[in-house]
Amino acid sequence: MSSAALTESISSTGVNWHSDEMKARRKARYAADRRLQVYGIIAITFALGFLAILVGSLTFTGYKAFTQTVATIEIDLSTAKVDPANIGEADWRGIVRGALRTQVPGMSRSDERKFFELFTSSAPFLVRDAVVADPSRLTGKSTFTIPMADPVDQLVKGGISRDVPENQRRINNKQIGMYDQLVANGIISTPFNWGLFFNADSRFPELAGLAGAISGSFWSLLVCFVISFPIGIAAAIYLEEFAPKNKVTDLIEVNINNLAAVPSVVFGLLGLAVFLGWLGLPRSAPLVGGFVLALMTLPTLIIVTRVSLKSVPSSIREAALGVGASKHEMIFHHILPLAMPTVMTGSIISLARALGETAPLLLIGMNAFITSPPEGVFAASTALPTQIYIWADSPERGFVSRTSAAILVLLAFLVLMNGIAIYLRQRFERRW
Amino acid sequence: MSGYLLAALALSALVMSFVGSARARATQNGASEKTHSRPIYHGLNAAIWTGVPAFIFLLLWLAGQNSVINQLVIASFPGSESLDATARSLIMSEVRQVAAGNIFKEPTPEIQAAVTHLKSLQQISAVAMVAVISAMMAIGAFLGYKVVDNRFRARHSVERSVTYFMMFSSLVAIVTTLGIIASLVFEAIQFFTKVPITEFLFGLRWEPQIAIRADQVAGQGAFGVIPVLFGTFVISLISMIVAVPTGILSAIYLTEYADKRFRAVVKPLLEILAGVPTVVYGFFAVLTVAPAVRSLGLSIGIESSPNSALAAGAVMGVMIIPFISSLSDDALAAVPRAMREGSFALGATKGETIRKVLLPAALPGIVGGVLLALSRAVGETMIVVMAAGLIAKMTVNPFDAVTTVTVQIVTLLIGDSEFDNPKTLAAFALGLVLFIVTLILNLIALRTVRKYREKY
Repeated sequence: MSSAALTESISSTGVNWHSDEMKARRKARYAADRRLQVYGIIAITFALGFLAILVGSLTFTGYKAFTQTVATIEIDLSTAKVDPANIGEADWRGIVRGALRTQVPGMSRSDERKFFELFTSSAPFLVRDAVVADPSRLTGKSTFTIPMADPVDQLVKGGISRDVPENQRRINNKQIGMYDQLVANGIISTPFNWGLFFNADSRFPELAGLAGAISGSFWSLLVCFVISFPIGIAAAIYLEEFAPKNKVTDLIEVNINNLAAVPSVVFGLLGLAVFLGWLGLPRSAPLVGGFVLALMTLPTLIIVTRVSLKSVPSSIREAALGVGASKHEMIFHHILPLAMPTVMTGSIISLARALGETAPLLLIGMNAFITSPPEGVFAASTALPTQIYIWADSPERGFVSRTSAAILVLLAFLVLMNGIAIYLRQRFERRW
Repeated sequence: MSGYLLAALALSALVMSFVGSARARATQNGASEKTHSRPIYHGLNAAIWTGVPAFIFLLLWLAGQNSVINQLVIASFPGSESLDATARSLIMSEVRQVAAGNIFKEPTPEIQAAVTHLKSLQQISAVAMVAVISAMMAIGAFLGYKVVDNRFRARHSVERSVTYFMMFSSLVAIVTTLGIIASLVFEAIQFFTKVPITEFLFGLRWEPQIAIRADQVAGQGAFGVIPVLFGTFVISLISMIVAVPTGILSAIYLTEYADKRFRAVVKPLLEILAGVPTVVYGFFAVLTVAPAVRSLGLSIGIESSPNSALAAGAVMGVMIIPFISSLSDDALAAVPRAMREGSFALGATKGETIRKVLLPAALPGIVGGVLLALSRAVGETMIVVMAAGLIAKMTVNPFDAVTTVTVQIVTLLIGDSEFDNPKTLAAFALGLVLFIVTLILNLIALRTVRKYREKY
């Protein structure tokens, strides 16, 4: 049919497709099409914009916590009467205060008290611990780094403005004057805040760090991995390769799918009732945290492993069986090694999920206030996400930026783990 | 102690695997008949016999020893026959505290005696455990060594053990579910002996701040779950209002309009939203979204609570977007080509095809995805714990603070966790409600999705 004939046959139905009315209709229909596209773009922009604001605002509040205002003080310990055999018993408070006092001469007693508030209240303990670690410091002059208290740190970083009326800030004009004197003495600096990574938790923001939380998370994830990895793979192999197709297997499958969607807080209740209540395991321990996380990650791990076992082509099975391998040999010598990259990717991703999991750990008490990193799986500890929760609840200004910094650290770990997973997938995964 | 035992177990199993395979190799040399299994299987078999029974026994011992020791200590405590379970557990926890060195006040002579008893029992238990485990290892190693023989089918034996381990592993999922149900139901029943179940299910007031000690001043306490469920519903609804249109529209754009390159960049970026830990969203809701909502409320003349339902719900909605988006994506992609092409052939635009053909065809799948997302919103914890309120109010005003089931569970259980007052037990009753609600949502959703997949 030629195009002329086509036009003829259409117009014979009595509709003039070139009329203004029809043009307007077409226009409206295409406009509706474009509107749908615009809605889609708006939806995506909203979601991604939210993500950008999230990361942006956390970075903006968090980057400040990666530096810490400190004072570098020289103390002459040879004149102080410190018994080398009993370093801990010396009057460290007096020694430190004496050294600080020389920085701003001619203060009254009440001024002095205000002056000492500028430094972290744990300064004597820090100096004592430094000397205990290195007793040779007792023989002469040596320098000590003392973190400034939170209000000073906020003043330096712009959290507290000098323009605010005096009664509305936590540091008064006199203290600011003293601080300026310290700056003039050249002892104030803001180096990188290693304490954020090497200190454990503290009531004072200037001393609080993530060491306890990071090692707590490490122990929990280790327990989680040691339990869920072998059990998950074994269960997946059984269900995929050995299980007879009957009602029990069906039940297990439905069960696994459902478990994967059970809210995490319910696993916390399980851990609280069973591991702490019935088995009497210690509260706040990374061991129990690891158990709960393992039970949570198990369903996902089983599902991932089954999919990757399924994707190994049957020619490999048949070849292995054909040359006389037993079923176990076929699986453990051929199928499983070929499926391993996908399984590793899946388990790293589920471990990353477990790392960010908070609610179940709260219920088993991993939100305790612990001032030293845990020494093993039985010691009370926090984890990274629960530490974030604790700091988010703390009223001091300094903890706001610490919380954001802790979140950035957590996100960095997640990015690292997911990056490894993606690398493994692209490097080792086979496409059949 | 048990750590060293575990290490000893692993080490001796490793040694036995070498010894076993060496012996197998030795018997093979100069034997008249062919061996059935390769030497490594004889080694593995010896290792399994050495390590596994002792390991299982060790776990059982560790799991059981505390309760047995408790029973023995309590039984020897003077006058314990007349005490009820609560008083017994109180005494026991005091004894354990003193034994651990946390002494707050001078313990009574009875407690002191119980502590000595406890310590001696613990010592006996530790010695007995080491003795029994070592004996089991030695017997296992001896048998595993003796059994090595050309005719012994070591491979079958090893494979059988592996199969048993795999069967046991696949049962772990079932045991977990049973454990969840058992612990929730058990504690909830205890709760219902203190608070009638009808009051819990139909009560309109939720004020769990009751006195823990007799001399505390606190409210009478009311445990009606309705306002808590209502708050959960309000917040979930807000999150769905945010997530459903955004998720579906972005899925439509990504599957139907976007080119490959755009999709390859944007889809993983959207998935990041689902990978961010919820505690991060919670902090973000408190830090940024809640103040914004507050000023929004003030600008339209509504007094807004600092922890409004709107802030928590909206942030939760954003978290759920990728979930709905990827499930809708799957549903749209599963619509057969023929339907799409048929629609184009009739002259429909892309938009008309999507609205009149693809969406209706994909609807069951999308609904299933939305239900799964709803179950996730109901069970989501950290965002609401940090950003939503604590007081149960029956209000639909999104600027007001409401509370949710998960918030109540966490706040009731943070801090003390003695399993004897209604406040703690109420958390388990709430957990049971949460478990049942999410289970029903999940079952319906999974069924809808599966049924729909079979249709085409």
